[in-house]
Amino acid sequence: MITLLEARGIGKRFGGLTALDDVSLTINKGEVYGLIGPNGAGKTTLFNVLTGAYMPDGGEFVFNGSQLPTGKPHKVVGRGIARTFQNIRLFRELTALENVMAGHHIRTRAGIWGILTQSRFTREEERLTTERAYELLDYVGIAHLAEAVSKNLSYGDQRRLEIARALATEPHLLALDEPAAGMNATETAQLRRLIDQIRHDGVTVLLIEHDVKLVMGLCDRVAVLDFGRKIAEDVPSVVQRDPKVIEAYLGGGHKHVA
Amino acid sequence: MNELVAAVPWLGRRNPMAARWLIIVLALAAPLIAMMFGRSWVRVLDFALLYMMLALGLNVVVGFAGLLDLGYIAFYAVGAYTFAFLASPHFGVHWPFWAVLPLGAAFAALAGIALGFPVLRLRGDYLAIVTLGFGEIIRIFMNNLNYPINITNGPQGINMIDPIVLFGWDLSRTLKIGDFTINSLYLYYYFFLLCVAGSILLIQRLQISRIGRAWAAMRDDELAAKAIGINIRNMKLLAFSLGATFGGVAGCLFGAFQGFVSPESFSLMESIAVLTMVVFGGMGNIAGAVVGALVLALLPEVLRDIAVPIQQMLFDRVLLDPEVLRMLLLSLAMILMMLLRPVGLIPAKARYAHPEHLPRKKEARP
Ligand SMILES: Nc1ncnc2c1ncn2[C@@H]1O[C@H](COP(=O)(O)OP(=O)(O)OP(=O)(O)O)[C@@H](O)[C@H]1O
Ligand SMILES: [Mg+2]
Repeated sequence: MITLLEARGIGKRFGGLTALDDVSLTINKGEVYGLIGPNGAGKTTLFNVLTGAYMPDGGEFVFNGSQLPTGKPHKVVGRGIARTFQNIRLFRELTALENVMAGHHIRTRAGIWGILTQSRFTREEERLTTERAYELLDYVGIAHLAEAVSKNLSYGDQRRLEIARALATEPHLLALDEPAAGMNATETAQLRRLIDQIRHDGVTVLLIEHDVKLVMGLCDRVAVLDFGRKIAEDVPSVVQRDPKVIEAYLGGGHKHVA
Repeated sequence: MNELVAAVPWLGRRNPMAARWLIIVLALAAPLIAMMFGRSWVRVLDFALLYMMLALGLNVVVGFAGLLDLGYIAFYAVGAYTFAFLASPHFGVHWPFWAVLPLGAAFAALAGIALGFPVLRLRGDYLAIVTLGFGEIIRIFMNNLNYPINITNGPQGINMIDPIVLFGWDLSRTLKIGDFTINSLYLYYYFFLLCVAGSILLIQRLQISRIGRAWAAMRDDELAAKAIGINIRNMKLLAFSLGATFGGVAGCLFGAFQGFVSPESFSLMESIAVLTMVVFGGMGNIAGAVVGALVLALLPEVLRDIAVPIQQMLFDRVLLDPEVLRMLLLSLAMILMMLLRPVGLIPAKARYAHPEHLPRKKEARP
């Protein structure tokens, strides 16, 4: 098994609050890795530190064999990590297609002169970007909405569009922050098929999710965070029966786990 | 151009080809029509074209990239003074137009970057205040750099700036072809028209490109833009410097056309006037900037033309100075627009993709 991402002793404090406390974990190439835990456990914070949105107070990430830069989101994306947001963040005034095309930005090279003179390279790259974006919309199942302004899309479609936009950055690791939140049963089932497909197509998935059925059905391994600490990491069936995990969920009066 | 065509009322959607020709014919015939009302109206049109270039450039910064810039006129000043320094008796230098124009553009772009760096982390109100200060600093420099060494000639400004000479052809002279004479104002009009058309073409290319989309992304959600790998710092600097470039070019044209520059042409009110044009027309789309500049450059002149005689008729004297009236009218237009149509005159959606690149174009869907 090949390690794709290794977190080593990641720490993050906000004032007096310790959001992440010495968190270490390893994600293998090709798996779907679940990250669960009660509200406020630090899951989103881990995403933010990983993707460079926040600076960690300690620790490091090793990705594909070398250390990730901290606090430089565009470099992290360049290395092949893409994310979605818990509270959807699309480019509201852009169409679905344009959102995904924007996602392709980092994999394109046209420079200012090429654009102003519409060089052959620029035009060809632009055409490929459009085509690729359209394919990705098709991939997540919303090609028919390509020209709809994204703020007018339904909630479920917005979530899928955000995944398409993240995939447009051509990641090795796709980090999804509660993609099923607010979805109905049908949409969740579609999402599950989509994540399966993404894994099948060779992208490793890091998944934060409260929907226990989804996590247990989809993930190869699961880590549990509680008050910023990792309290368990194993295959879903084992984690599910771990007394510490049950205690974390029941004890805090948080959301239930199976 | 397509956005402009679509913005033509009624005809734009039904017959884009006809709308396109209508715009071209109107643009070409405009000075001839204006001449019927007097020569000064052609001059007003010439200035309207300069304002169009300014509005187009500011639209890149404010409309595309979402960076509120209240000091945009500073770049106009940089362009105008560059031209004045290098083509006037002030320093006794008379460089040709084609040599000075790129320099004016380049200096303005540099000024754009100089403004961009310190404001990278600022947004909204804070950004507006710092850019406002920047605009004022440039103006104050122009006003005071006449001592101890006289660089800008202070408040008196610089006189007798060389006209635009294209390949030995002096635009400030009446052109004679046989019995035909073409007034210099016309020559400037058509040259400025060409410059505006060129600006529109270039800005449209920028808009529908990876850079245009990166700007739009950054404008709509900076955090998400970072998360897809957009280098916010570079994109902001690019927006400031490219926007400034258009301002610098317009400034060069202005200096040469007017033959005279002084700091009072570059006051805060001018920055606000250009911003008003962008917002009035409809932020973030090219047609909006063009129409906003046209309407707001012409409207005050038209109303002023009417207002002075009316005041004289009613009160036997002019109570409101035309310049005061201009600001009053601009504000009034702005307030009405915000109340009646907050998205601007032309709320046409700016697009950032070539529709013809779509693999499957509009099919009938069940
Ligand atoms: N920018 C911030 N400033 C201050 N505190 C923060 C910040 N971001 C997160 N926190 C705090 O850090 C803790 C962990 O938050 P985080 O969002 O990572 O939780 P989570 O596991 O994603 O929870 P949820 O399931 O509700 O999304 C919370 O107590 C939160 O209030
Ligand atoms: Mg969260």
